[in-house]
Amino acid sequence: MTNHVELRPGAYADSVTLLQVSRAVQGLDGVLAAQVAMATALNIEVLVEMGFDVPAEATTNDLVVALRLADADALPVALAGVDQALRDANRRPEGSSEIAAPRTTASALRRTPEAAVVVVSVPGPSALVEAMDAVDAGRDVLIFSDNVPVEQEVALKRAAAERGVLVMGPDCGTAVVGGLGLGFANVVSPGPVGIVAASGTGCQQLLALLDHAGVGVTSALGVGGRDLSAEVRGVSTREALRRLDSDPAVELIVVISKPPAPDVAAEIEEYAGTLATPVEFALLGAGKPDLTAATEAVLRRLGRDVPAWPVVGSASPGSGAIRGLFVGGTLKSEAQLIAGTDAGHTFVDFGDDEYTTGRAHPMIDPSLRLDHLGRAAADPATGVLLLDVVLGHGAEPDPAALLAPAIAAATQPVVVAVVGTDGDPQGRDRQVRALVDAGAEVHLSNAGATRRALELLGASS
Amino acid sequence: MTTPEAVVNVGADLLADAVADQATPVTRVDWRPPMTGTEADLATVAADPLRRTANERALVAMLGVTATLVDVAPASEVLGLQRGEFLHAGPPIAWDRASGPLRGGLMAGAALEGLVDDPEDAVALFEAGDSVSLEPCHHRSTVGPMAGVVTPSMWMFVLEDAASGRRTYCSLNEGLGKVLRYGAYGPEVLTRLRWMGDVLGPLLQKAVRATDPVDVTGILTQMLQMGDEAHNRNRAGTLMLLRDLSPAMVTSGMDSADVADGLRFIGGNDHFFLNLAMPACKLALDAARGTEGSTMVVAMARNGTDFGIQTAGTGDEWFTGPAQLADGLFLGSYGPDDANPDIGDSAITETAGIGGFAMATAPAIVRLVGGSVPDALATTRRMHEITLGENPRWTVPVLEFQGTPTGIDVSKVCRTGILPQINTGMAGRLAGVGQVGAGLVTPPAEIFPQALARLAGLARERQDRL
Repeated sequence: MTNHVELRPGAYADSVTLLQVSRAVQGLDGVLAAQVAMATALNIEVLVEMGFDVPAEATTNDLVVALRLADADALPVALAGVDQALRDANRRPEGSSEIAAPRTTASALRRTPEAAVVVVSVPGPSALVEAMDAVDAGRDVLIFSDNVPVEQEVALKRAAAERGVLVMGPDCGTAVVGGLGLGFANVVSPGPVGIVAASGTGCQQLLALLDHAGVGVTSALGVGGRDLSAEVRGVSTREALRRLDSDPAVELIVVISKPPAPDVAAEIEEYAGTLATPVEFALLGAGKPDLTAATEAVLRRLGRDVPAWPVVGSASPGSGAIRGLFVGGTLKSEAQLIAGTDAGHTFVDFGDDEYTTGRAHPMIDPSLRLDHLGRAAADPATGVLLLDVVLGHGAEPDPAALLAPAIAAATQPVVVAVVGTDGDPQGRDRQVRALVDAGAEVHLSNAGATRRALELLGASS
Repeated sequence: MTTPEAVVNVGADLLADAVADQATPVTRVDWRPPMTGTEADLATVAADPLRRTANERALVAMLGVTATLVDVAPASEVLGLQRGEFLHAGPPIAWDRASGPLRGGLMAGAALEGLVDDPEDAVALFEAGDSVSLEPCHHRSTVGPMAGVVTPSMWMFVLEDAASGRRTYCSLNEGLGKVLRYGAYGPEVLTRLRWMGDVLGPLLQKAVRATDPVDVTGILTQMLQMGDEAHNRNRAGTLMLLRDLSPAMVTSGMDSADVADGLRFIGGNDHFFLNLAMPACKLALDAARGTEGSTMVVAMARNGTDFGIQTAGTGDEWFTGPAQLADGLFLGSYGPDDANPDIGDSAITETAGIGGFAMATAPAIVRLVGGSVPDALATTRRMHEITLGENPRWTVPVLEFQGTPTGIDVSKVCRTGILPQINTGMAGRLAGVGQVGAGLVTPPAEIFPQALARLAGLARERQDRL
């Protein structure tokens, strides 16, 4: 064992660098202990305690290199190690200065002050927290997430109302804000209609039909399916109405909702009466006009012609019951209202919370519906397969390609409602063509498709 | 409605892509699930109608405080500390659970007060417990570095917020190495403490009383521009303090050799200003205490056994978990086995947005854990993810003079899992050893969900009363 102590006058490194250098040198073969430090009183004390002899002339401006070696032969390697460690300590690592992404919505909004809208699609139990960041910052928020408890929705919307913030959702699949499509929005031209929708696919049906009729939509504000419930009481619907009323581009507002709480509907209708912009209500429910009829009413109110809704392809009659397999909740409800379930017809919404806990929406992940489609086609009780294909931003890039083989393999007639515009990323006409080629009859109107399915079974609607 | 200029997306990338496809810029949040089991409490706290304004008020109150050094005097006078009363760092603890360095500090304190002749004899005194009492510094408007032991005869810096007249206190810094606060109690420790009581304290008192109040907050502003983060590095701050006090020290009328000793001691102790930075931070944070509904952390403190936090919305309740071992570099031949878990009230600096939170401004210390300058920038930026705002006074030049991350939000810690980064010294595990190293440490993660649960409970109680 041998000790080596040397002074390097005039050399300087900060204490932290030197601690690091000491540690590096301690790791070298043959080095039992190492201390590279400025010769301050404290460091000298430490060196003495370690058993080193420090030259008396050492001053605080000297660098001390103190090494305890297994034997003297190790010295050159150890000293080279000290020099290398000193050099390494001053070397600048590269590529580590990238700025990490924000971890919360609050942080993202601080970094992007110009962002006017936040889109939230984290799992339901965490959605309120992210959305509340937007509300706190005074920004509008679209909550795509479902499985958000209704009491959280109420709390969030109350806070938003105090701040004049619009909360779209939860479970809001679609919005168009000043021409920008969010969620599963369809690509439409700007125009005179403003939509308030407590129904995502209902809104999409309206957008698609209006687009076909040549009528544009500047804003379509989703408010979430529960907004007009007794608990939530239309808080977001009011704010959305207020926004659209103050938009000079909007000539007519359409409110579309799943069956609302009657007293809430009355309150909202009363509020709508105070606005300068006329409001058309399309409140879905038994005995109410379907979405296509509601669209026709809008067109008539605007003084536009009502076109014939396109049908491409032709399905043959069948016998049995309708098996409606939907990705759109409102489209499913509408079909069910039209066809009823008395004759054994069944309708499933794969976008329902029970199918989406912990997995993506069926417009993104079609596997669950494809699986059910195969089973329904194999069921002899199935008389007609009734499907929807919903296009737009965010939805799967080529749904027809995935459905076509299953449709072609089905022995039953298949009727499909394709909800979309030709501006949509998937290309509506291309999707329709693929479905028709596989043997389906394709409608633009979901109500039309449902009535056709009934007709194929020999029933009348 | 106007077309959004930009969108923030949190969740499915697909939805962000859809916006980007429409030629609209999207900021994507790197969202991850929150700390286990915190979802419901996070939602409750987020929905608490008091929270937002409470946090705004807490932050404004904190940022509004200017700390000035107005006096230096013995703890017996300014704290009313009686013989046998001992203050210590961190949350409450008794002798039986006290760590080595805390015990060592208490033993040195007992000898300093003449309760025992030999510090070793103090063990029996504390074990008996009938003639002595332990209390956290924080409970007496005080902060103590490392062991944080304060006894009646120790001289204290007195800081004041001119607007409210509130005061906070801290002992005088002893320097590095074998010192009481690191748990050493040898003769040289007591000799130095006696000199501090006999010479340094009175000298500083005369100088401070003869000088305009020293603007400690202002010095902090400047030192952050000069490479100090005011926790592990206080070199510029110490020299600025000397600049303000030395004329009055020289003209104090005290013996010139004593004045020279005082000047030499302060000038040779780069950490001297830490004991002013700490109470300045506490003075600011205490302004936010008792803000009902606020999720802001107002204290992080360790006693060498437990790490505790307090929040603005939960009164003086401590939320504690086991103190962690720092990751760092060791003096001499000391190694990880020699180190005591994290200790001291000095994490008050991080709580106020400096220290580890201002790492980016102190390039000289970033190598403490083999880090680099970019790592330091990343650390400060990361702390912005868990804070409520920025300090417009304390800015970081290298980050385009962005304010330091200020006001740790318990809910943001639980949401992100990002723990506050603390720069710290390491005390020896055994009483009497002193300092063994320095490094970085974080609080135990579980104390944040604990505090959150309490905040959520209080929010639910308020809701039920409505």
